[in-house]
Amino acid sequence: MEDVVLGRVLTASTLGFHIIFATIGVGIPIVFMVLEFLGVKKKDAAYLTMARRIAKGYTVTVAVGVVTGTIIGLQLSLIWPDFMRLGGQIIALPLFMETFAFFFEAIFLGIFLYTWDRFKNPWHHWLLNIPIVIGSSLSAVFITTVNSFMNTPAGFNMVDGELINVDPLAAMFNPSTWVRVFHVVVTAYTTAVFIIAAIGAFKLLRSKFEEDREYHKKGLKVMMVLGLVTASLTVLAGDLSAKFLHEHQPEKLAAMEWHFETEDNADLVLFGTIDEDTNEVSYALKIPSALSFLAGNSFDTEVTGLNDIPDDEQPPLIIHYFFDIMVFFGMYALMVSIIYFIAKFSKFDEHHPALLYAYVLTGPLTMASIEAGWFLAEMGRQPWILRGYMRVSEAVTQADGLGITLIAFVLLYAVLGVTTIYVLLQMFKNKSAAAERIEIYGEDYEGGRLQ
Amino acid sequence: MNYEIIGVAVLWTFLYGYIIVSAIDFGAGFYNFYSKLTGDDSIISPIIKRYLNPVWEVTNVFFVFFFVGIVGFYPDTAYYYGTALLIPASIALILLAIRGSYYAFNSYNREPKLSWAFLYGATGLLIPASLSMALVISEGGYIIESADGVRLQLEELLFSTYGWSVVFLAVVIVLYVSSGFLTFYAARAKDSQALHLVRRWFLIWTLPMLFISQFVFLGLREHNREHFLRAQDYWYMFGLSLAAMGVAVYLIWRKRRFGLAFIMIMLQFAFAFYGYGISKLPYILYPYIDINTSVVNENMAFSLTVAFILGLLLLIPSLGMLLRLFLFDKDYVQGKGDNKY
Repeated sequence: MEDVVLGRVLTASTLGFHIIFATIGVGIPIVFMVLEFLGVKKKDAAYLTMARRIAKGYTVTVAVGVVTGTIIGLQLSLIWPDFMRLGGQIIALPLFMETFAFFFEAIFLGIFLYTWDRFKNPWHHWLLNIPIVIGSSLSAVFITTVNSFMNTPAGFNMVDGELINVDPLAAMFNPSTWVRVFHVVVTAYTTAVFIIAAIGAFKLLRSKFEEDREYHKKGLKVMMVLGLVTASLTVLAGDLSAKFLHEHQPEKLAAMEWHFETEDNADLVLFGTIDEDTNEVSYALKIPSALSFLAGNSFDTEVTGLNDIPDDEQPPLIIHYFFDIMVFFGMYALMVSIIYFIAKFSKFDEHHPALLYAYVLTGPLTMASIEAGWFLAEMGRQPWILRGYMRVSEAVTQADGLGITLIAFVLLYAVLGVTTIYVLLQMFKNKSAAAERIEIYGEDYEGGRLQ
Repeated sequence: MNYEIIGVAVLWTFLYGYIIVSAIDFGAGFYNFYSKLTGDDSIISPIIKRYLNPVWEVTNVFFVFFFVGIVGFYPDTAYYYGTALLIPASIALILLAIRGSYYAFNSYNREPKLSWAFLYGATGLLIPASLSMALVISEGGYIIESADGVRLQLEELLFSTYGWSVVFLAVVIVLYVSSGFLTFYAARAKDSQALHLVRRWFLIWTLPMLFISQFVFLGLREHNREHFLRAQDYWYMFGLSLAAMGVAVYLIWRKRRFGLAFIMIMLQFAFAFYGYGISKLPYILYPYIDINTSVVNENMAFSLTVAFILGLLLLIPSLGMLLRLFLFDKDYVQGKGDNKY
């Protein structure tokens, strides 16, 4: 394979693996923050046990997130040295700030995990959630600004290959920053919430601990409330993204929508397949004028087609499939949380096995949606690494050995992935939540500090 | 303002911080595994665990901070080191990843596994060995830029006496610093059995420590005479380092003031490390990256400096809180009221 392809596959493997743990890392703190709040407020040991168990599992995923994050941080310089040499001049600030955010989170997570019973007032322990949530979410914010910069570079002028007028803040707050930050953070919350919901639903279907049923129902209810809110915000974020792409990155919108002719009343293409020789789309669901409406809130909006983009600057058409997966699976989670409440407030049983199976699917599907979203975002930027300024083929390292490096890292991720799953399964296998609650809090917990 | 000096001072300080905290962490992993083999693990493992559990993640951040900072302040480093070190840095990354993950896996798995403890212990010696190669390379002669681009002279590196002496120095530092720290921690925990064991480890490693650092100096004279001569201008830094080491060894040998002894160990490395760093200036990679010509543009340097100061204002109190809860809290250190997790 060519070096540039190897470099891209290696970066994609690292990011594809890291994003699972990064998403969990950003989202789960919200979950245990809410659960601990409910536990302290209602003096209910079940919520506190839930927060503890989730936080304990979370620690393992954080470890893998930390090491894979370290890998991608250094790999950027190893695989794309020319990009980092240029990028360092303009976008180093948020990368630098991310380490602080992460440092901050790491310190407080360490304190949080080992001080459950050390404060006289349980609210003091709860307060530790705040720096963790802020730190983890800010990490996502800073890193997303860098990715936004790669899509819509700003904050500098290039004159005869020389950089002048560098403005680090303008680079950081480039045109796509706000839309993408909102999208990334809110979908991380959504995914984390549905992963926990899916685990709860799975345990209601298949748990050897009968005594835990109430516990899981409680958890599921909280997650569905959170899920309804975050999934609705996700839809808003998706809508803002479409409008943003229309304004600032029309070639990406056109490629992901298989939209060739610049026109108003443009159709929204969902699903389907394409013959790349003739650009003939088959089996697709076409919604008349909907693309124009999504892009500019009016059917008259003229949407740029791919035919108006130079051939060597067109993103690959395959990103349409990622778009379909992202939207469909994201919508699925929203629908499921709505159905949960319809069932709950009507005479249906919201814990009917058929519904539980539907809930179980939300976890894996929202994570698939995250993966698809990132493939869409990254491949949709091709052929650029820094849109309009540097192509990926110009940025790849001249060093030999990308092939063997790729093999080594893929093996590493396989081993880490398998061990993570093994450890997480072992962690909760032999002890029911009820037994753990009684062990820590006793039979009749009435709030306050443990004696 | 002299951003090239600010940048290098900040980065060097973080690298120093990383060397101390990671040496403790790396060495603790090795001793943890070693004690499992000798059957002393029931004495020493609880102490190691109690210290490492809350801080392992923080250690890693020092490292990330350093390499993100160096690319920010001196973007040329991404190009030269990035191109030349694809394979060696990938190996170090894989080792770091295995270490970090298997530490967490082992701590949170229901039954710790010896093989996982081995991964954690062995990588504790291999990682400093591989990372120290980056300092060796910075002396020049191993990265060559020609018309075909930047290349690492791997063979020369692998057959260099200077290179290997630095590798051994790195490993000895790890064992020396961490046993020094564990001596302090065990004394604080009032655990006399553990104290007896780790104090002996520390005293054993003092001689190799003295011996190998002389060897590195001789190696530097052969390899980069210019740097060696400049280092002699700062002889007092190295003299102070030796004096601090003398005090530390004396205190631990006479079983007195273990806290002060560990501060002396930290000073020993601070003097030596800054002496080495100052005499190395102005090169980050001899002769390609000179801090005066490679420093990032002024706007970026200014914003990085501001971000750094604001970041420190946030971090120092937080780190203080972490240390107060886990390092200076008597009950925690002595394992009273151990948390159920």
